[in-house]
Amino acid sequence: MRKKEQALERAVHGVFLLLGLVTVGCVLLITVYLILSGIPAILQIGLPDFLLGDTWASTAAQPQFGILPFLLTSVCGTAGAVLFGVPVGFFTAVCLAKLAPPKVKTAAEGAVSLLAGIPSVVYGLVGMLVLVPAVRAAFHVPDGASLLSAIVVLAVMILPSIIKVSVTALEAVPQEYEDASLALGATPVETWFRVSVPAARSGIAAAVVLGVGRAIGEAMAVMMVSGNAPNMPSLFESVRFLTTAVASEMAYSRQGSLHQQALFSIALVLFLFILLVNAALNFFLKRDKEGSPC
Amino acid sequence: MLKRSMSPARRARAALAKALMLLSTALTCGLALFLIGWVLASGIPHITWELVSTKPSYLAGSIGILPDILNTLYIILAALLIVLPLGVGAAIYLTEYAQNKRLTAAIEYAAETLSGIPSIIFGLVGMLVFANTFGSCLLAGALTLAVMNLPTVMRTAQESLKTVPMSLREGAFGLGAGRWRVIRTVVLPGCVDGIVTGCVLSAGRVLGESAALLFTAGFAHTLNGFFSALRSPGATLTVALYLYVSDPTPGAAGASFAIAAILMLLTLCVNLAAALTGRYFKKGRAL
Repeated sequence: MRKKEQALERAVHGVFLLLGLVTVGCVLLITVYLILSGIPAILQIGLPDFLLGDTWASTAAQPQFGILPFLLTSVCGTAGAVLFGVPVGFFTAVCLAKLAPPKVKTAAEGAVSLLAGIPSVVYGLVGMLVLVPAVRAAFHVPDGASLLSAIVVLAVMILPSIIKVSVTALEAVPQEYEDASLALGATPVETWFRVSVPAARSGIAAAVVLGVGRAIGEAMAVMMVSGNAPNMPSLFESVRFLTTAVASEMAYSRQGSLHQQALFSIALVLFLFILLVNAALNFFLKRDKEGSPC
Repeated sequence: MLKRSMSPARRARAALAKALMLLSTALTCGLALFLIGWVLASGIPHITWELVSTKPSYLAGSIGILPDILNTLYIILAALLIVLPLGVGAAIYLTEYAQNKRLTAAIEYAAETLSGIPSIIFGLVGMLVFANTFGSCLLAGALTLAVMNLPTVMRTAQESLKTVPMSLREGAFGLGAGRWRVIRTVVLPGCVDGIVTGCVLSAGRVLGESAALLFTAGFAHTLNGFFSALRSPGATLTVALYLYVSDPTPGAAGASFAIAAILMLLTLCVNLAAALTGRYFKKGRAL
């Protein structure tokens, strides 16, 4: 009886260990698959030609696979989204964490959760039918489906992550800091921006990095508003991102062809970008945990 | 009194900061309201009984989204069924068994990495691994989404496992229960709230997911039962919305508006459910 129980315990332990390792297994699987399927095309095209080539003509008689336009578009689009999204998100977060009365705060946080929950295709649809015509009319360009539209959509989409993480960081600032600042004669607004925000800066930085990750990885909404032509990034021109390059051509690339392999290589590049972002995120979060604001 | 003694520059800075804060908050909330309002206003008129209760027919030239609605429900159910044991099991391992710090750190790092990977990459790898073995079908899509939601479920379960008091476990151990018995009878019932929250969050993510499903679950609009649907390709609401938006046939645009409104309503429901479960369990805790 005793032995049987011990055997059961050991078996259960093993099962849970296995379940715990599934996560690690998934990450390894994804990494290995992306590297294995992404490397061949890079080898065949040549790394400099692949990364720095400025022409993507996958279906031409003489196909060319240069992803520089996608790389630069992803970088510019993300930078633009951060430029618009971070200030709005930052001030909203300070307002929600410090200024807003509880009822307003609950309502506003509901709105933020809703923004986070809206499916990206719905963002894409609204962008396509409201934003794109608005951009065309406002800037007198022939087509509103452009980098600018994508930037605006991305800026809205990264707002919730920025706000949520920043609010959490701001609320974790010890009350004593603020009390001390107030007692020294600073006004509440000065206290929030000169004491609370610097004390929460690691968390706010993490929020921004999280937003960058979201913006780089977004595919569907961007695909619907950016026009999807492989041009070099320009504010009013139709552009294609790393994510949308994969999403838009995967369906008609022949299995096993250089074309499809090149798409996997793009995914590999995107994955490396994300790993970088994750490393930055971990750095900020760790610093936050160790937690001395000085 | 204090205010009057401040220099004008100081007062102006404070006013500016306050104005920016209020403006940003108003902008954020206004955006949310605008999105809800616009999507519902332009979508609800297109929702007809015929649309939500039929499948698309080339003969009648009509569009119906019943298959897409069912596919969405199936894929949510299947993904949750797959991810729950995995995520909760991993959380139990981390809080109840793990002693090796390195292994714990590796698992947690893996979960963080997983939660940062964009859905299009999940879609690609899902296509390579699952769709190539099972063919592109709802099961392949559900497996992909299960992997995607693993970190969410694991984290919420872990958080609530941590709130189960140590004294309860010690009491059970003291009465002679083995570890498995303690987990079964003391720990698991204590973390139901985390599991429910994790389910709601994951259901919301699955509902809104599209990029990961494009290459794994396929595009078909056929009516199926649960088990036959798992083995055949099918579009969910999000994928159908994407397909109908670029479809020039008459009625397709209306269908995409209607789907957007339905998705918006479902998102509202999920958010409400998340808020309600959160409040319900908080109340239970306090008692």
